[in-house]
Amino acid sequence: MIPLSHYLIVSAALFAIGTAGVFLRRNLITILLSVEIMLNAVNLTFVAFGRSQGTVDGQIITFFVMTVAAAEAAVGLAIVIALFRHRESLNPDAFTSLKW
Amino acid sequence: MIALIPLLPLLGFVINASLGRRLPKAVSGGIASLVMLASFAVSALTVWDLAGRAASQRVIEQTLYTWISSGDFVLDLAFRVDPLSAVMILVVTGVGSLIHIYSTAYMHEEVDSEYARYFSYLNLFAAFMLVLVLGANFLVLFVGWEGVGLCSYLLIGFWFEKQSASDAGKKAFVVNRIGDYAFILGTLLVFLRFGTLDFQRVASAVSPLAPESMFGMLSLATLLLFVGATGKSAQIPLHVWLPDAMEGPTPVSALIHAATMVTAGVYMLGRNAVLFSHAPETMAIVAVIGASTALMAGTIGLVQNDIKRVLAYSTVSQLGYMFLAMGVGAFGAGIFHLYTHAFFKALLFLGSGAVIHALHGEQDIRNMGGLKAGLPITYWTFLIGSLAIAGVPGLAGFFSKDEILFETFAGGHRILWTIGIMTSLLTATYMFRLVFLTFHGERREGAIAIGGGAIARDAGAISHQDSASSHQDSASSHQDSAISHQDSAISHQDSASSHQDSASSHRHSAGSHLHDAPAAMAFALIVLALGAVLAGYVGVPRGLGGHNALGAWLEPSFKAHAVTTLADAQVTSPEEAQAEGSATSGEGLELSLMVVSSIVALVGIGLAAFVWLKRREIADKAAQAFPGLYELLLNKYYVDEIYDALIVQPIRIVSQEGLWRGVDMHVIDGAVNGTASIVDSGSTLLRRLQSGSVRAYAGSLLIGVVLILGYYLWR
Amino acid sequence: MFNSVLDAIVPMLCVTLAALAAMGAEAFRGRGERMPIGGLGIVGLLGAGISSALLWNRNASSFGVIVADNFGLFVTLVLVVVGILTILFSSQVVERDGLPAGEYYALVLFAIAGMMMMATASDLLVIFIALEVLSLAVYVLTGIRREDPRAIEAAFKYFLLGAFSSAFFLYGIAFTFGLTGTTHLDRIGSYLAAQSLSDNPLILVALGLLLVGFSFKISAVPFHMWTPDAYEGAPAIVTGFMSTGVKAAAFAAFARVFLSAFEPFSADWAPVVWWIAAATMILGTVVGVAQTNLKRMLAYSSIAHGGYLLVGLVAANQVGKAAILFYLLAYAVTNLSAFGVIALLGSRDKPNDELRDYAGLWQTRPALSALMTVCLLSLGGLPPTVGFIGKWYIFSAAVGAGYYGLAIIGVLTSVISVFFYLRVVVMMYMQDRGADAPVVQINAVSMAALTVAIVAIFYLGILPTRVLDLATQSISTIF
Repeated sequence: MIPLSHYLIVSAALFAIGTAGVFLRRNLITILLSVEIMLNAVNLTFVAFGRSQGTVDGQIITFFVMTVAAAEAAVGLAIVIALFRHRESLNPDAFTSLKW
Repeated sequence: MIALIPLLPLLGFVINASLGRRLPKAVSGGIASLVMLASFAVSALTVWDLAGRAASQRVIEQTLYTWISSGDFVLDLAFRVDPLSAVMILVVTGVGSLIHIYSTAYMHEEVDSEYARYFSYLNLFAAFMLVLVLGANFLVLFVGWEGVGLCSYLLIGFWFEKQSASDAGKKAFVVNRIGDYAFILGTLLVFLRFGTLDFQRVASAVSPLAPESMFGMLSLATLLLFVGATGKSAQIPLHVWLPDAMEGPTPVSALIHAATMVTAGVYMLGRNAVLFSHAPETMAIVAVIGASTALMAGTIGLVQNDIKRVLAYSTVSQLGYMFLAMGVGAFGAGIFHLYTHAFFKALLFLGSGAVIHALHGEQDIRNMGGLKAGLPITYWTFLIGSLAIAGVPGLAGFFSKDEILFETFAGGHRILWTIGIMTSLLTATYMFRLVFLTFHGERREGAIAIGGGAIARDAGAISHQDSASSHQDSASSHQDSAISHQDSAISHQDSASSHQDSASSHRHSAGSHLHDAPAAMAFALIVLALGAVLAGYVGVPRGLGGHNALGAWLEPSFKAHAVTTLADAQVTSPEEAQAEGSATSGEGLELSLMVVSSIVALVGIGLAAFVWLKRREIADKAAQAFPGLYELLLNKYYVDEIYDALIVQPIRIVSQEGLWRGVDMHVIDGAVNGTASIVDSGSTLLRRLQSGSVRAYAGSLLIGVVLILGYYLWR
Repeated sequence: MFNSVLDAIVPMLCVTLAALAAMGAEAFRGRGERMPIGGLGIVGLLGAGISSALLWNRNASSFGVIVADNFGLFVTLVLVVVGILTILFSSQVVERDGLPAGEYYALVLFAIAGMMMMATASDLLVIFIALEVLSLAVYVLTGIRREDPRAIEAAFKYFLLGAFSSAFFLYGIAFTFGLTGTTHLDRIGSYLAAQSLSDNPLILVALGLLLVGFSFKISAVPFHMWTPDAYEGAPAIVTGFMSTGVKAAAFAAFARVFLSAFEPFSADWAPVVWWIAAATMILGTVVGVAQTNLKRMLAYSSIAHGGYLLVGLVAANQVGKAAILFYLLAYAVTNLSAFGVIALLGSRDKPNDELRDYAGLWQTRPALSALMTVCLLSLGGLPPTVGFIGKWYIFSAAVGAGYYGLAIIGVLTSVISVFFYLRVVVMMYMQDRGADAPVVQINAVSMAALTVAIVAIFYLGILPTRVLDLATQSISTIF
């Protein structure tokens, strides 16, 4: 039986990887994927907690989160495509016309 | 009924603001003046009603409704007329009406829509001022307090084409915000301490307490309120805005920056007399600030050359007197001076307005002189005003100022009294310097080009200088032929051609023929002059066989009286008897002090006459003998420069010049067009952080996360 | 309709149905055909308003996760006001800018439905879902002018940071769930009150992460960075909508979570929120002073207003809680009207939202300038407008709860903030209209809506008691 803390550490590591990805990657699609990794890290946390409590609540919550994540990805990709149409670039640093 | 007093001017504002653009001048000006007169009539009726009651019953309260209520905190939107606010509403509506009438003529050159805009602001100001003096609690007063500040700001910058006017408006606003800040904090402290904001309830809550011996809560609250008052009433260190506020139209200076709004601080102190007298530390500060402001402004007034600025410093100085009175606990005397000052200072300002009007915008007294013959009404009324402010026996200023000086002396504040007497001397001197330079001697139109009014400023300064000197010659050659209309017109003709050539933008310079004040202006001047003579007789001190009726009238306002029961009356009577006794013993002292200050006033006038009427060169010699002092005074003790270096510049750097220069169009244009240059020229750190890069934003977010979690995990 | 399990969701059902109808209408709309889709939305919103009024004092609950208590209903009513004003102002904007009407109104209505859900949700997971519902709709609204690169950039920044922050928020929910075994607020509250978890660092991590999520939505410093960019890039009317609606909904959920479920930990979160509030007020005001774009300036102003609301949250006494509700309403009406004016002054090609576009506006459009002046003075907190009453309540709550520092900072920043509001007023009244100044037509509906809003600003400023009583009643039901 793997103790709860192991799951939590793995999911925390995943979350950190996702966070780092948002900062370090210079491609909008990859950044979106990093956000998805963060959400899935949270899903793992939910499932782990749910399992340790012996209820199915955690797993059900995960379904909700996955649905939300899918909707979010759809909107995100649409925005990225619209963005790409204006300036043929996927580098987030190219979009700084709004500042100060 | 009471609510009508502020509502009538508000109605005028609504009419003029919504329809004014389509109304002819006679209608919009007429409406504005009529509502003020109507408001005056209502005020007079109210005060009449009040006067008919017994002294302890002289409170009329009208609660419109409960404004704010939450839990045990209930605040009514309530107006209250008591003897103190009775004096104030009469002054505001009375002097206000006259100034409205005066303005109908003074502003006649404006186009219709501007004319209506002017009167709508003026009406709105009057409405807020009346709310201020009628408010029964701090918040209602604050409504008026903020409102008059806003209107003052709009009116100072009324001629916004003039850069100096919009700058002055901005400065007034900045300085007043500092005062307002302190005022709000003071109000919050009062609320915290007493759980109520009603003036009477605060007073009755505070009256059983012993005066604070140490600097405590009450002292802090009153001190904050006083800082608010220094902002509104232009006292050290927040006095810098008032002289600049003279950029507004002259009737505005008379109404707002002399007779009414600037006295709001004094009124507020008087309104909270009970509260303040329980904070002796604050009272001492009030007295010292008042006296030093009076002296400082008086010395500055001595060397200023702009007719309105001299009057502005004189206002600051007189307000200093009022605060001195408040600080030594002579609330009645302070309000008395406020009341007489409203008459003669409004008169002086309107008189200066008539002069400026006649000279087509000239404001530099070095360019005036000899106007006595051409402007007889203006001259005589101005003279009366000057005599009144100088404290010549028999006129309004004499009674009120001596009351203050007597109370100061009797209270044992000898040093403050000495300062007061010195200021009295200064007052007489600088006022008669003004009178003599403006109305006496020979005409000197265009003698000094710099520092004139709006029109003179437009002229090319350098070329103007040349023609000015030739003008000087021609003027002096006509010296012996007196200063009749005809002659001055001819003398002007000589120089006019060279004038025209050298400075084409200079309109037909002042003085070709002088028009004395038109009927509406003359009416206001004469009524105010009567006031300046007679207003003091309501408060003739006991030393002169009077009854100090005003002092007795005001007395209930400075006491905590919830509901005066019979028992209370009996308790207070021995004290009153005692006060009566001490008053009689003080009569001799009062009389002798009066003689001293009368002599001082006459000496001051004599000094002015000697220096500026007989021996002009003495003044120049004195200036040369003490160049440092002269420069110091001319530059108003460099207070503006100090503020600029210590406060304005650092903030300018921080806020990227957006705020302090931002109001005027040119700078905004420059800033907008030159965004790149702004970026280059070291923009602020805070704004820099907003780099536009989404990853930087995510970074900021993550820093927030780290900070919060770090705080929780490692605290 | 009453005493059924659906009671509590009737208001948001009305709005959702209207949104679906709007979508349907768009599908069946012929090319160039004009349909009163906005009217549909108004009907739906009125339905929501009426049903909320009927639900008042009934404490209805649906599925155990949505509670229509008075607190939630008060915010729902605020949102109804926000929605109606937005739709009325939009009528001109949609036509002028050629926006797809059905899509636009449907998104606005879905966003409002999400906001209502967030305000009445009593379960962390439902709050998260509501947050996403409203956020997704608002992301799209921000970029609804797809041909405008700035709008799309704004949408992208808002979306990316929003998704990023909601991951943190969700992580916070996960920890809360792990420690307490539930996501239901009541049960979390009773668990935390009973159990001594204060030595467990995970609960503090959960608390901190939830705080981050809410702080992002109310654009509190340092989670505010997206706000100026998103607000400037979005169409003015959308900015008005999201600066008021999103903030109201997020604050309602914030207050509900932190003042009920996490109330036992107030000693832990209050100091942090104290600092956030102080930083938010200061930064919003100081940076706002240097702005020359009106939308951006009001964006910083709305950051600062978020700070004032946080002061009420920190104070957390009766006055403070009621003040939050009252302030939300005050701010919603005022700020939305100000953005409404900006939106109405724009044209299809040019937003006309720079400060200089307002020079001398008084000369050409006196009524509009007067309305704008009132809005700005109310935002600045000058009496006798509603802004003054709102601020007075917030600050007196802070003083009453002993938070003198916050009160001093709050008063100071609101005093400073008047500068930049007044700059616009000065621009409108004390400058000459430039020759190239834009001339715009404004339709009667928008003007009428603005007038009503201004009347409301004065009404709430001069006669606030009735609404304040409602606000006080509202908080008594949950806290």
